[in-house]
Amino acid sequence: MLHTLKPCDQQTSGFCFENSRRNAVLESGLSKLGYNAPKARKTGTTIAGIVYKDGVILGADTRATDDMVVADKNCMKIHYIAPKIYCCGAGVAADAEITTQIMASNVELHTLNTGRPPLVAMVTRQLKQMLFRYQGHVGSSLIIGGVDVYGAHLYSVYPHGSYDKLPFLTMGSGAAAAVSVFEDRFKPNMELEEAKQLVHDAIAAGIFCDLGSGSNVDLCVITEAGVQYLRGYDKPTTKGKREGQYRYKPNTTAVLTKTVTPLSLDVINESVQIMDTE
Amino acid sequence: MLTLEELLLMSWGAEYLKKRRWTLEEKLIKFIVLHMHFTGDISECFLDFSLDYNTRGLRSQLKDSVPVAGLCPQGAYGVQDSLRSGFSSVKNELLPSHPLELSEKNFQLNKDKMNFSTLRNIQGLHAPLKLQMEYRAARQIQRLPFLQSSNLALDTLRGSDEAIGFEDILNDPALSEMMGEPHMMMECKLGLL
Repeated sequence: MLHTLKPCDQQTSGFCFENSRRNAVLESGLSKLGYNAPKARKTGTTIAGIVYKDGVILGADTRATDDMVVADKNCMKIHYIAPKIYCCGAGVAADAEITTQIMASNVELHTLNTGRPPLVAMVTRQLKQMLFRYQGHVGSSLIIGGVDVYGAHLYSVYPHGSYDKLPFLTMGSGAAAAVSVFEDRFKPNMELEEAKQLVHDAIAAGIFCDLGSGSNVDLCVITEAGVQYLRGYDKPTTKGKREGQYRYKPNTTAVLTKTVTPLSLDVINESVQIMDTE
Repeated sequence: MLTLEELLLMSWGAEYLKKRRWTLEEKLIKFIVLHMHFTGDISECFLDFSLDYNTRGLRSQLKDSVPVAGLCPQGAYGVQDSLRSGFSSVKNELLPSHPLELSEKNFQLNKDKMNFSTLRNIQGLHAPLKLQMEYRAARQIQRLPFLQSSNLALDTLRGSDEAIGFEDILNDPALSEMMGEPHMMMECKLGLL
């Protein structure tokens, strides 16, 4: 609860924990009555990344869920960090969004300060240090992919601050479905079209096999030459078009016999109820 | 498992320990040496001696340095001022309300301490000494306590003028709805309170 500052306290910026005790009491009280406290909107995602011959391809689905309800059918999960570094975010939607925006600002400041293009490792380091500082309470898991002076790199960072550097990665609730496609068909140094098809298939596997992922597939191809952001690369979940007409033409069925029975009805009771139209 | 202090006390005696303040790194090195001396095995000591203070139990999680003025209720006649400071509870005063509260409150301080001790180990005593002198000078460039100071020199020294974090986005003190009471804060700063 708000109270006036004690005289010796300096005002601190950053997170304020004034209401956490009140929230804990409210949540326990609500659960006794049978209600649930509102949950943060998660993206319930499938995100994937792959390193191919010329660079990195990142892929993501576009559904954001609010518990069991689809909150956004077409959200963007591939965020910009630097001209040649992009980041897919899974987990709590707001956390992923703000974290990537903070990272983008930090990278820009760092670039201006050092005068050099940013490294993917630098983004990963700042991210993992920040996420570890908050001990997993900032619930965002991210896949960072990009091309820098040392080549193409792909990192994944978990909400508690651990990270992996691998040729192919998947995160989110649909990670298991997507990684199974990767494990089956991944080869190092693939060509562009083959790699795009592979990522598309992995995300499609996540879309069809995981309830938290759905809608469209977004791809982002990052090479030394530049970035190609393919929003809505494929929409595998649109309704198909019906091929034929399924209505029967009139007189299709032959009529064999016809009997007519009139029903005689008498008025028994009549009452008028005036409606209040004000 | 004995605490570090007890162990050192046992081995080296109280007078030796009183002679100077050990840094954390020196304590750790002495502990490892001691452990090896006793057991000949260095691998166990990393499991037992944890630098993560959150595992040390409730005592370490108490909010340290509860100001003396805080123990005396704020309102008139020394009675708890419910309107201004909410309901009173000893538990609320002492225990943190969120696992991150204490670590966030002390984050800047801990980061500085860690950086200084690393710098001392790498470059020798002069480096952190000089830097701390500069920090001390920069910390004095401030407005009156109830006004917002930009802390530009301090930010430049720390390098936080080139980084953006949650402390720049959330709860910007310049946009705060509450202000400390000017006279009380001045008295606090001058030590008259």
